[in-house]
Amino acid sequence: MTTPAPAATTARQPIITISGVNKWYNEFHVLKDINLQVGRGEKLVICGPSGSGKSTLIRCINRLEVHQQGRIVVDGIELTNDVKRIDQVRRETGMLFQNFNLFPHLTVLENLTLSPVWIRKMPLKEAQELAFQYLQRVKIPDLAHKFPGQCSGGQQQRVAIARCLCMNPKIMLFDEPTSALDPEMIKEVLDVMIDLASSGMTMLCVTHEMGFARTVADRVVFMDSGEIVEENDPQTFFNHPKFDRTAAFLSQILNH
Amino acid sequence: MPQTWQPKPPTPSPSYSTGWLGWARKNLFSSPGNALLTLLSLAVLLATLPPMLRWGLWDATWLGDSRKICDSAAQDGSAGACWVFIKVRLEVFLYGFYPEAQRWRVNFTLALLGLAALPILAPTLLRGTLRQALFALAAALLMLFTFGVPGAVFTACYLLAPLALPPLLGQRPFLELFAGRLAGAITGILLTGLAALLLYLAAGQAGGGGAAGPIAVAGAVLAVFLLFIGRLTAGAWRWILLFTVYPLVGFFLLVGNVFGLPLVESHFWGGLFLTLVVAGTGMATALPIGILLALGRRSTLPVIKTLCVFFIEFVRGVPLVSVLFMASVMFPLFLPENVTFDKLLRALIGIAFFYAAYMAEVIRGGLQAIPKGQFEAAMALGWPYWKMMALIIMPQTLRLVIPGLANNVLSLLKDTTLVAVIGLLDLLGVAKASMADPEWLGFTKEAYIFAALVFWVFCFAISRYSVYLEKTYHTSQHYN
Repeated sequence: MTTPAPAATTARQPIITISGVNKWYNEFHVLKDINLQVGRGEKLVICGPSGSGKSTLIRCINRLEVHQQGRIVVDGIELTNDVKRIDQVRRETGMLFQNFNLFPHLTVLENLTLSPVWIRKMPLKEAQELAFQYLQRVKIPDLAHKFPGQCSGGQQQRVAIARCLCMNPKIMLFDEPTSALDPEMIKEVLDVMIDLASSGMTMLCVTHEMGFARTVADRVVFMDSGEIVEENDPQTFFNHPKFDRTAAFLSQILNH
Repeated sequence: MPQTWQPKPPTPSPSYSTGWLGWARKNLFSSPGNALLTLLSLAVLLATLPPMLRWGLWDATWLGDSRKICDSAAQDGSAGACWVFIKVRLEVFLYGFYPEAQRWRVNFTLALLGLAALPILAPTLLRGTLRQALFALAAALLMLFTFGVPGAVFTACYLLAPLALPPLLGQRPFLELFAGRLAGAITGILLTGLAALLLYLAAGQAGGGGAAGPIAVAGAVLAVFLLFIGRLTAGAWRWILLFTVYPLVGFFLLVGNVFGLPLVESHFWGGLFLTLVVAGTGMATALPIGILLALGRRSTLPVIKTLCVFFIEFVRGVPLVSVLFMASVMFPLFLPENVTFDKLLRALIGIAFFYAAYMAEVIRGGLQAIPKGQFEAAMALGWPYWKMMALIIMPQTLRLVIPGLANNVLSLLKDTTLVAVIGLLDLLGVAKASMADPEWLGFTKEAYIFAALVFWVFCFAISRYSVYLEKTYHTSQHYN
């Protein structure tokens, strides 16, 4: 462990435990000896320069990437090559992508109902009611019958959030959800994410939105070249970074 | 205090860019070179079209039923086409040597195919349960006048089944009523077996001895869909029926030897009918095999990948004629002496696998165009491989490759003429055979033009249909 966990997290029961994780792409060492615990209901923001391995790390949590060494345990299920376990973990986690990745051949409503109906075996009527409930929550119920291609980026990302919520996940993983958005649309997505945070969802968020990190995060993790450099509560992290690398990164993204 | 900003209202586009005049200016006379080409094309059309029309339409002989009329017309100096030749031979062109009294079986099979396929092919035309039900009743009425009561009843049942099944089954598959998974599975297997057995016995009772086995198998397949997958739309049921019940009906109706229908062996088949049988079964079998081959070639399992690559590259490396030759001449040599395998069936299998290899590569191209994020999003939502492929990836892929698949289908339709090399007489083969008829020597032009026209009509319809599909699924809007 690089840092003792702050008081906020020790009180929580851990839902994700990552210990001694290493990963290589061929010769390239992407993740170096990662240790991280996330508590139930905790909001974690992961930041760092591009290529620091932060996306790879959260993609390991739902096995979109395979780690070669170490253990990842999600809600008591250790990730191995066992397809059943991978399925179980994926059923508990929702993921948001930079490019939204909505299914373009389906309407917004169908995007939301397809997985509950086919994976959760929910009756269509029930799934549609659920979908409208979440569309209401992300404030775009009038888009239900549009195709993703007809929606703006911000709207698409909010649909993507609703699509995850329809599967009733315990954990939400955000892989740079606002990086592909116009500045005018970032706020509408962040608002939904803040609303989600207040509902008690466990959230892991790779993002460069430091304002979001300040207001929402329980803990901020800073990564560089495949390592966790430091992790701390946002106050300490932004005001008193422990390492010069962190301070340099913060000055880069905060002052422009 | 900043001023209020108002966006400018849009204005109409200048008149010279719209209307037919604007169209002609833009498309025909946009530059001196373009104008010259337009005039040149016009001159070529004026020089060639009138003589063609005169020969084919105005000076042609349409009436009568023997060659004498054409000959006398030729002596009068008006040397037009002799369409009497086609008229007299039309039945052979359409049915080959299928016995005259049995031709209704061909008509019924093709008519049922058209009626069964229409709701699938034109989803926008028959939207809504009411319209589909009305369509089914109208179709049954049509069949009543042409094929009598049994044909009408069967058609009505066939077309109404996809509409009736989803509400009958409800939202949940039947087997979810059983709490335990194992108990459900065992019950399902037992019920499937029972359905198959009952169908087998019933078919045997009704005099369909030879058909009883296949009917039982199709019934078992349907039972599996009913019991285990249940939650299917009317559209899905249409596809299932088209690939289980319809082929069975078509096969036993055309071949006969069951239910009191006389046997018509495949060497009596011919003409346009044979062309459609070969092309239809070719398309229906090559596409699913092609999809599996494309997925196999992208598989991470080395054995499957190698097998698919080997098969695709081997097939693409040989001409279709040699595949047909292999199927008709070589293949029987490997079989034990008392085992015979219908020649047409061998050709059909050869064509299906040949085109499957081509379609596989077209589909693989489409798969490569699907962004990696689509797979990741589906996997992150917990979709297992086959379900993801069937409901998320393939629908997108197939929409992307509509033009490529239309190409394959068109070339398949035209390549059916190659079955002539193994002695099957398709439309072109029958046309050629008719030219050799001593009574009608000298009318090669008419025969070739007729065959070409028929092929053109079918090919053009397919090509327009592919455009319609692209528009219906507005493919181009997806990734922008």
